[in-house]
Amino acid sequence: MTASSDTVVVVPVGALGAGIEPAHLEAGLAAGAHAIALDAGSTDSGPSCLATGISKYSREAVKSDLTLLMAAQAKYGVPLLVGSCGTAGGDDGVNWTCEIAVEVAAELGLKPRIAALYSEIPGDVIRTRLAQGKVRPLPPLGPLDDATIDRCAHIVGLMGPEPYIAALKAGADVVLGGRTTDTAVIAAVPLMRGAGAGPAWHAGKVSECGGLCTVDPTDGGVVISVGADAFEIWPMSERNRCDVYSVSSHMLYENTDPFLLIEPGGVLDVSAARYDLIDARRVRVEGSTFDPRPYTMKLEGAALGPYQTLMWVGIADPDVLENVDVFVQALHAALVGRVERVMKLSQDAFDISLRPYGWNAVSGLPVPDGTTPPREIGLMFVATAGTQDLATRIARTCNPYFFHFPVRREKELPSYGFPFSPAEVERGQTYEFVLNHVVETTDGLELVRLQWVNLDKGAA
Amino acid sequence: MTKLREAARYVRSKAAGPFWITVDVFFPSRDAFDAHRGADGLTTGAIETCLSLEPGTAKRIDVPDLGVIKFAYPRRNPQGGMTERDMHGGQQFAPLLDLEI
Repeated sequence: MTASSDTVVVVPVGALGAGIEPAHLEAGLAAGAHAIALDAGSTDSGPSCLATGISKYSREAVKSDLTLLMAAQAKYGVPLLVGSCGTAGGDDGVNWTCEIAVEVAAELGLKPRIAALYSEIPGDVIRTRLAQGKVRPLPPLGPLDDATIDRCAHIVGLMGPEPYIAALKAGADVVLGGRTTDTAVIAAVPLMRGAGAGPAWHAGKVSECGGLCTVDPTDGGVVISVGADAFEIWPMSERNRCDVYSVSSHMLYENTDPFLLIEPGGVLDVSAARYDLIDARRVRVEGSTFDPRPYTMKLEGAALGPYQTLMWVGIADPDVLENVDVFVQALHAALVGRVERVMKLSQDAFDISLRPYGWNAVSGLPVPDGTTPPREIGLMFVATAGTQDLATRIARTCNPYFFHFPVRREKELPSYGFPFSPAEVERGQTYEFVLNHVVETTDGLELVRLQWVNLDKGAA
Repeated sequence: MTKLREAARYVRSKAAGPFWITVDVFFPSRDAFDAHRGADGLTTGAIETCLSLEPGTAKRIDVPDLGVIKFAYPRRNPQGGMTERDMHGGQQFAPLLDLEI
């Protein structure tokens, strides 16, 4: 069982704002935790969060979880660590989360020492490092160039555990970090307290999605206890359990390699890990190793793209559904031709995409011959252009054809089912991830800024 | 011939960062994994054909202890751009279910 020298960390949920169960949190902390650690995001939700600095979760959802966590932090006197604040972990996301934390502290009557860690990196810093040969591509991308750096609205570097450890050693009760590897924010306190690096990093990886490594992923977060040579993991909820399969299979998740995980200061190798069920709910893991490497921070950058306007029709007409592909192809050609003729636009000034939901919109791949026609399809029209106004005018120019396009010329004009009035929806700007590179640094702190949050004024 | 949907217990796909999709094929037992791991329908070439990927871009790693075959391939376009159809890549496994193995 857990030795007294082991480090216990509560990982209450897979992401701040996803919803913490208060009873589970109490049960987890009552086990004698040394820290609460979790992340608040990743790249998973797409490039918009990094490009705009706006969280995918609502302020209310984040505040609700943060209220529970900050109250628990104060009650049990253990540090609270949150990585990748505001989903993408840019400076705006950290500041947004700090402001919420200040509000929560005031409402709870608490005075925690809150450290903010920033890992957004200006483009000119990356350009300098690139010129020094200190930026390397990760597959499938090639070498970086200045033009790509200049396209980025925001660039973040993924922090390791070092800035969290530095903040805690400087007296932080709460650390709200920018973009961080999911594992690092959880591994930080075990590493600081001298746990084995292999077990600490492996425990961080397995627990990073909260309850996803348990038998019932819908039932709460997890607790890890990390020692010198092994770690144990169990669910916060008494009703839930971990088993060997649920824990060992988590290395597969969102990872291209199930045995190796590259982290800022080294590589976690779990190929020799052994998993044992030690009671009804707990799994013990030993044999994972961490191989230190020269320090690198992975870079994420999001560029601003063109704008989109959408239209939708529902189609239940059997004449269309009998041959969806032919219909969609003919409609697409008619729409593009109409925009070229009426708006005098060349084909490189716009894009029209038709996506038949209920047929092959999700995969975009050809449908096998002999597939039974669907009962209905939802046909999405996506106009993409350099401005929102232009995209919307393209949609309005296409409106009559999109509404009435006949399967056969000699028949009466059909009318497809618009669900909205007006028919078009301005979807806004598109964004694109353009970096998949690492930058070499002297250590985990060089490109990171630590600021103390003034509880009277919000983020410094 | 058996289809993958009959032989596998569970097949899933998911984004692995903004530039890769990973597919996990879970077999119901170690025996089932051993019986199918050499199938022509489970080569990287077969996956590339089924999903219309560039030849030579898919990778495969076997995890015998879990009875899992893992594939990974680069996305056609980075996650979330103007041509995105499946932000998290969570639905890209479906065409694979009909692979003959």
